[in-house]
Amino acid sequence: MKAAAFDYIRPDTLEAVLEALDRAGDEGRIIAGGQTLVPMMAMRLVKAELLIDINHIQTLTGIDTSAESLSIRACTRQAEAAASKEIINNLPLLAKALEHVGHTQTRNRGTVGGSVANADPSAEIPIVARCLDAKITALKKGSERQICAGNFFYSAMDTALEDTECLTEIRFPIWNEEVVGSGFHEVSIRNSDYALVAVAAQLATDSGGICTRAAVAVGGCAPAAVKIDAVGKALVGRPLSDTDFDEACGLVVEALDPDTDVHATAEYRQRVAGRIVRRVLEEARAEVYEARNE
Amino acid sequence: MSEQYLKKINVTVNGVSQVAQIPPRMTLLDFLRDELDLTGSHAGCEHGVCGACSVIHDGAPVRSCLMYAVQADGCEVTTVEGLSHADGTLSILQDCFCETHAMQCGYCTPGMLIAGHSLLQENSSPSEMQIVEAIGGNICRCTGYRQIIEAIALAASRLKEAS
Amino acid sequence: MTEYRYVGKPRRTKEDRRFVTGQGSFVGDIKCRAMKHVALVMSPFPSAEIKSIDASEALALDGVHYILTGTELENATNSLMSGLDLPNYQRYPLASKVTRYAGEWVAAVVADSRYIAEDAAELVYVDYEALDFVVDPEEAIKPGAPIVHPEIGGNIFFQRKFEWGAVDDDFSSADHAISYRARWSRNSTVPIETFGVVAQWNSSEELLDVWASIQMPKYQEQIGNALKLSSNNVRVHYDVDVGGSYGVKRGIKHSVLVGYLSMKLGYPVRLIEDRLENMIGGDAHGPDRIFDVDMAFDGEGIVKSMRMRALDDAGASPGRAPLQLGKPVTAIVGPYRIRSVEYEAISVSTHKTTQEAVRGFGQSPTNFAIEAGIDKVARFLNLDRFEIRRRNFIEKDEFPYEIPSGTSYDSGDYHTVLSKTEKLANISSLLAKRDRIRAEGKFAGIGIATCLEPSGGNAGFEPLFNEKNPTTTWMESCQVKIDLNGSITGIIATTSAGQGHESLVSTVIGEVLQRNPASIRITRTDSLASLPSNSPVGSRMAIMLGGAAQGASEKIRKQLIRIAAHNLQMPVDQLEYGNGDVVTIKEPKNKIEWCELIEIAHRRYHDLPDDMEPGLQARHVWEVPTGGSMPTPDGKVQMYPCYSFEAHIPLVSIDPLTGQVTIHDYYIGHDCGTQINPHIVHGMTYGGIAHGIGAALYEKFEYNDDGQLLAGTFMDYLLPSAHEIPKVKMVDHCTPSPLTPMGQKGSGEGGYLGAPAAIASAVNDALEPLGSEILTLPMRVQDIEEVLCDAI
Repeated sequence: MKAAAFDYIRPDTLEAVLEALDRAGDEGRIIAGGQTLVPMMAMRLVKAELLIDINHIQTLTGIDTSAESLSIRACTRQAEAAASKEIINNLPLLAKALEHVGHTQTRNRGTVGGSVANADPSAEIPIVARCLDAKITALKKGSERQICAGNFFYSAMDTALEDTECLTEIRFPIWNEEVVGSGFHEVSIRNSDYALVAVAAQLATDSGGICTRAAVAVGGCAPAAVKIDAVGKALVGRPLSDTDFDEACGLVVEALDPDTDVHATAEYRQRVAGRIVRRVLEEARAEVYEARNE
Repeated sequence: MSEQYLKKINVTVNGVSQVAQIPPRMTLLDFLRDELDLTGSHAGCEHGVCGACSVIHDGAPVRSCLMYAVQADGCEVTTVEGLSHADGTLSILQDCFCETHAMQCGYCTPGMLIAGHSLLQENSSPSEMQIVEAIGGNICRCTGYRQIIEAIALAASRLKEAS
Repeated sequence: MTEYRYVGKPRRTKEDRRFVTGQGSFVGDIKCRAMKHVALVMSPFPSAEIKSIDASEALALDGVHYILTGTELENATNSLMSGLDLPNYQRYPLASKVTRYAGEWVAAVVADSRYIAEDAAELVYVDYEALDFVVDPEEAIKPGAPIVHPEIGGNIFFQRKFEWGAVDDDFSSADHAISYRARWSRNSTVPIETFGVVAQWNSSEELLDVWASIQMPKYQEQIGNALKLSSNNVRVHYDVDVGGSYGVKRGIKHSVLVGYLSMKLGYPVRLIEDRLENMIGGDAHGPDRIFDVDMAFDGEGIVKSMRMRALDDAGASPGRAPLQLGKPVTAIVGPYRIRSVEYEAISVSTHKTTQEAVRGFGQSPTNFAIEAGIDKVARFLNLDRFEIRRRNFIEKDEFPYEIPSGTSYDSGDYHTVLSKTEKLANISSLLAKRDRIRAEGKFAGIGIATCLEPSGGNAGFEPLFNEKNPTTTWMESCQVKIDLNGSITGIIATTSAGQGHESLVSTVIGEVLQRNPASIRITRTDSLASLPSNSPVGSRMAIMLGGAAQGASEKIRKQLIRIAAHNLQMPVDQLEYGNGDVVTIKEPKNKIEWCELIEIAHRRYHDLPDDMEPGLQARHVWEVPTGGSMPTPDGKVQMYPCYSFEAHIPLVSIDPLTGQVTIHDYYIGHDCGTQINPHIVHGMTYGGIAHGIGAALYEKFEYNDDGQLLAGTFMDYLLPSAHEIPKVKMVDHCTPSPLTPMGQKGSGEGGYLGAPAAIASAVNDALEPLGSEILTLPMRVQDIEEVLCDAI
């Protein structure tokens, strides 16, 4: 299980990365934490002529918070994000999701940008990105663009990123409603396995407890994480009652079309997704109640 | 060597600066084992699941099968061989692994020691759950983990006594 | 009970220190000068004709030395051994004309590095023509099914029905009978170290040196036979640390392959399987078994008779797999007084990876099938599952107890072990805990499994399944020597995979000679320098190697006493051995001390008794206790001498939303007679439980309808981590075996032989309120959720 031969460079600046990507075209590939890429290369499911290592570019690490959003630069380690007070305080949904990412040793090396760029359909960070409509910044030589998470993820290792683009940052919107609650739960066979089903949800209400905004995203049930827009629509303007949730969960099951694999059947994923959405909505509602009582 | 690409690297391994000319596709694990003859780190799955290859890279435990050796250029790496004291005596954690018989075949042991060592560096009195979390990414097929958990807990208490 | 000085005391092992410092010597650590590396080309088809192989591009690659195909290897070597009497059957390390499973090795590449070997393997172009295949064992025995080995004439490797006792009468006179099917899916021990082997041919010596992570009886003879060498041209080095095996490391095809390559090419060749080669093509899968069982019982729950049909999918070749249907004959009624049994064993071939020996050698699946039945009988009669076991247990004063299949159990006290385990578990509070979880809206259940671990076997399943193989011994040996300075060395002839053989042997020698085991060196020699040995299989080393070490040490002790008697001019029976000195019983001052005794033995030939050899060493080759008899025509056989016992009580809950199982508590009572090193026994038992939890809930080599293995990596084949394994609590009991020198029994398979049955029992207790049950392992989340869905 050894990778095919490749050349390797380790640029010092982002400009040099973009220049190298531009020159290499589809023969170049970025390596950041490598926790997904290296095993894929070891099994020769992925090959590259040139690996461009972005681990030593200072401007690609760090977390920036403003009133409206929290940005995580691509090479920020998952372990660093999981321990970040800024994320815990401003983006509790992401903080909850990060607890489920890999385990100590892969989090120490794996990056937030890598998780997004590799787009595993069960990976936690992409699910939260979809749930909150994060914006993903991609740079290539001479241009920069923002891609909405809704347009970014196609399937595992397949995204809107072009061969010559480098993902530099993921910006998560912060909801500024007075009352916000969130929930995250995943079902996996073993503790650190990829999720069979993972659900992220965030709810906001007015002071009277009427839902003003709702977002639910599901992982593991489609080629990429999906946001179930119908659920959001169904909950807004309602008091988040059990009946509202029942209705919302029905919509989830309708919206999903999972595949069967070695770990679980499509039917399992679909049924369980409905139940987990329910569980996660209840978790988020409990937070909403708690916030209102404070 | 019939390799198309070669790179020169300088890595500090267990406190010793090592300069080598290696192909970029060589994993850090293969570099440690084949080039430096540090065969304590083991290949179990080579795809980042079993943890037998764990080493400490710039202070944090990582999988050495999930890094290319070129990526460690300019970095510091500690392997299981670097856990013993300079005079060859065992570290407290190593000694506790012997005390509770926290192994059988010994193949996952170096990775378990790296995981336990890293935990104890950060947390001097870990709970059982925290120990489980720390070794949760290391698979042992012999022990059912019980005597490993006991060894790490014992080491935590002995380290406290010692300090 | 005998008071021991070292035996049974929690002592540090001899082996651990080298492992914690990274100084173990595993096969991957062996380096020879100019060593070359092998990678394999695997068949993508479950069955295909190999039309041609074009290796020219691969050979042209810089650093590539050779590409070996199946045809060349088949022409140059003899067939690998099969355990069965299959006259036309042949097996070689590489496929030549047809492939018989997806992943089977078709060609081997030899290169300067493993990296380059893999580059070249991608460039070996094989022209295949896909053939029909079958991966379902029940389909495989239907007429018209694709045949894996046409030369055998069908897909049945072995089939035999045994009847022991008056089965039909017992069934017709019983009050009740139940029938059920239990399914044990294909899994294995999957050690963290893959199989590896290094071979180095020395043409001037005509000697093939072999280092391997091996656990295989008659290994050097098998290599010699296949490579057409006398087996004294093969030297297997036993001082290789094996990174886990639990039965499965039988890499004979790997070893013949690299042995051939080294002889052919003239340099050392190494093959260390990577994880894909190991999982898909390493021929290391385990039992894959369908049990159809009938049990006849009376209104009190006393089981009178059992019919069991065990159909096992051996995969593409009959390695030792079919024999794994034979070992359970030795404990076919478990710990129960069932008086008649019909047992039909059917070994079927399919286009799947070849099965090999796995921890317990077929006993754990069989225990699961029996225990499932005992639970079902209890449920049928509305009886307590613990009580029904007590009613059926063999009583402690009935030993030695002969079961219907002709085996005599040595000793046991099943009632006491179960009650100790119940006490440890505090059953009433455990029941209350279960009911509290149930009240929270979850499903919860307590499991019970009471199982036997046959140990120390004499390979009686070999003649039972193949009358041309009259094996009735699996001897083990040890040499002990004491040098001029009084240092003691024990010499053993086996590799170790974590069983702690050096600790075992040094403890036994130390006990007999009353010298500190820490000062005794144990050396693992090679196949040419060693006494006869049969490798550490069948949970046998505490018994067999322990017995051999004891025998050799006792010979030395006698020799020392005789030297003293000769020099003190006293009869032997008036002398006593103590701490190495020999003392006159009546007058303790009159003695000869250790140093002088040794000096006499080594230097003072004139002071030795007339018939005594100089020097101080002794060898002991020990025959398996109760070994030495062939099966009777009706298939009765004494296969294993010693029977350890274990009672498991886990508490589990099931998440009603997801089907996920959580193991809250786990209690085990374990009786393996005298424990030589409790740390080692406990560790193996904890590990066996973890392994059994994997088999019960997680691990499966799943194949799809296209005949492809879906679980070929650690992402898909799910080994339990520390998160999945509960805090097991253990209570020991000791019923010494009357057949072994210190009363020891085997313990290497402990835990694993009951944990799958116990977890299944617990899950089914949780499902009981729904009137549902699952008798297929592993019980995956999707299976459990489906049952919940159907029931609610």
